[in-house]
Amino acid sequence: MPLKTILSLIAVVALLAGCETASEGSGSASGGGQQTAAAGSGGISNDRVFYEFDRSDLKPQSRKTIESWASWMKGNPASTVVLEGHADERGTREYNLALGDRRAQSAKNYLVALGVKPNRVRTVSYGKERPAVAGHSEQSWAQNRRSVMARR
Amino acid sequence: MNPAARAFYSQLALLTILLVATVPMRPALADITIDITRGQIEPLPIAITNFQGSNEEEIRLGRDIARVLTADLERSGLFRPIDQAAFIQGLGSLNVQPRFGDWRVIGAQALVQGAVRLQPNGQLRTEVRLWDVFGEAQLVGRAYETPPDNWRRVAHIVADAIYKRITGEDGYFDTRIVYVSESGPAERRVKRLAIMDQDGANHKFLTSGQELVLTPRFSPTTQEITYLSYFNDRPRVYLLNIETGRQEVVGDFPGMTFAPRFSPDGNKVIMSLATDGNSEVYTMDLRTRKIGRLTKNPAIDTSPCYSPDGRQIVFNSDRGGSQQIYLMDADGGNVRRISFGDGRYATPVWSPRGDLIAFTKMKSGTFYIGIMNTDGSGERLLTQGFLVEGPTWAPNGRVLMFFREERGRTVRLHSIDLTGYNEREMITPTDASDPAWSPLLP
Repeated sequence: MPLKTILSLIAVVALLAGCETASEGSGSASGGGQQTAAAGSGGISNDRVFYEFDRSDLKPQSRKTIESWASWMKGNPASTVVLEGHADERGTREYNLALGDRRAQSAKNYLVALGVKPNRVRTVSYGKERPAVAGHSEQSWAQNRRSVMARR
Repeated sequence: MNPAARAFYSQLALLTILLVATVPMRPALADITIDITRGQIEPLPIAITNFQGSNEEEIRLGRDIARVLTADLERSGLFRPIDQAAFIQGLGSLNVQPRFGDWRVIGAQALVQGAVRLQPNGQLRTEVRLWDVFGEAQLVGRAYETPPDNWRRVAHIVADAIYKRITGEDGYFDTRIVYVSESGPAERRVKRLAIMDQDGANHKFLTSGQELVLTPRFSPTTQEITYLSYFNDRPRVYLLNIETGRQEVVGDFPGMTFAPRFSPDGNKVIMSLATDGNSEVYTMDLRTRKIGRLTKNPAIDTSPCYSPDGRQIVFNSDRGGSQQIYLMDADGGNVRRISFGDGRYATPVWSPRGDLIAFTKMKSGTFYIGIMNTDGSGERLLTQGFLVEGPTWAPNGRVLMFFREERGRTVRLHSIDLTGYNEREMITPTDASDPAWSPLLP
């Protein structure tokens, strides 16, 4: 096989390998409640936790994620965060505002239980107004039922 | 706001109503009436002639008034305006006396005739008569004086008068709709408050779209709207003055306030306050700034709405384990559940007539708009879809408006009769949601 072909093949294989690695961290969840990595968190692998339909209780994986938030905040004692609570589109507007608030609070409560001072954590609910993904399938909705930790 | 619009909104004693009786009113043998609560009705064939004038401007106004009035009556689903091309009797001879045979032969049961005059004092004078074609009798005779710029309101008030005479019910055409105009991608939706006449005319944006705004509702007594704004990323209930555009936060609450409505006397705003993840119903008196707390329950308590007599409140709560509709007295006592069907219930709104509560229902992935008696009995679903939500009552308690979104497509306002018939899409410049119907304009 000519050298040029071998080099091309190696290049192609390297390119494909690179693509696979990139897609692992691309942040697309395939099912409900799965944790995904999100870009730009700077030291935190995961900036969000997910919920079941019409629920605000934390799942074991969610607790692990929030524990990483607590660690980060303890390591950055000047930092403050906003916890955003969100709901999917399969509910009505005002109830979803209340549900988003409950979700944000459930995440805050655990953060505070882990030792973070409450005044470092502001909560805000966006109800169903700010979906993470546009889409009308259970896959989309599962990604939208979330609390997100944002640094601001 | 331009001076004409300011005049439009600030005139409380707007119209001089004179009863004009020029033909003795014989009792009609087969009087025209429509029972609008009875299922599907055959619309009443009605002939609406252009209102007459003696110069070019008057003729134009007369045509415009007839056009707006015709559209109102047609949109109600209860009237079938006959094409003017079919009319036999000319306006000149009609002015003297209707030739009822000419109107009977084209199938009209009712006839509307009018005249407009631009008076030396600058006012527009409009006269209108409604005739029973078969009984050969005048049913309505009115005259109005207004600034000429108010001609649309004259058309709506005439439509209301005709509607009332034929159905026995108050009309709803001299009203406005406030709603949320939507644009942009779902993840970054831009929402603006907007207001328009109930026929879509005089459309105006009230906010810029810089802040997320939701759920506007009219004051029953003043030119104000209450709504939710995310100004400064802090969701709070605000008041907006329609005439001046001035916005003012309601109270100084330590957490998100949302789901606001006015009390029937206009003195209070009732809303939810969320603190520590718990949403409760609160009121604030706009005059005294006194705050009242109405619910004490770790459940979600939201979407409160007063009965028209102000003595009860219907609201949304999941205190029983799922999203349902509850009643309480105005002081928060005597809480009882009234929704018992299969599914989740939301957005309860009390009819201005006091007799029904409209709501959104969700069951097995489908949304519904429905009505029930105020004790929860007689539940009736009017329409359904992938997403239909947020009913608001017309002031006569006979028509509802809500918003409808089909999966992946646009979201628009729709109106529907409480019989479930005559669903129509409302034409708006953009996607639209969260409609609220004004009272009849003063």
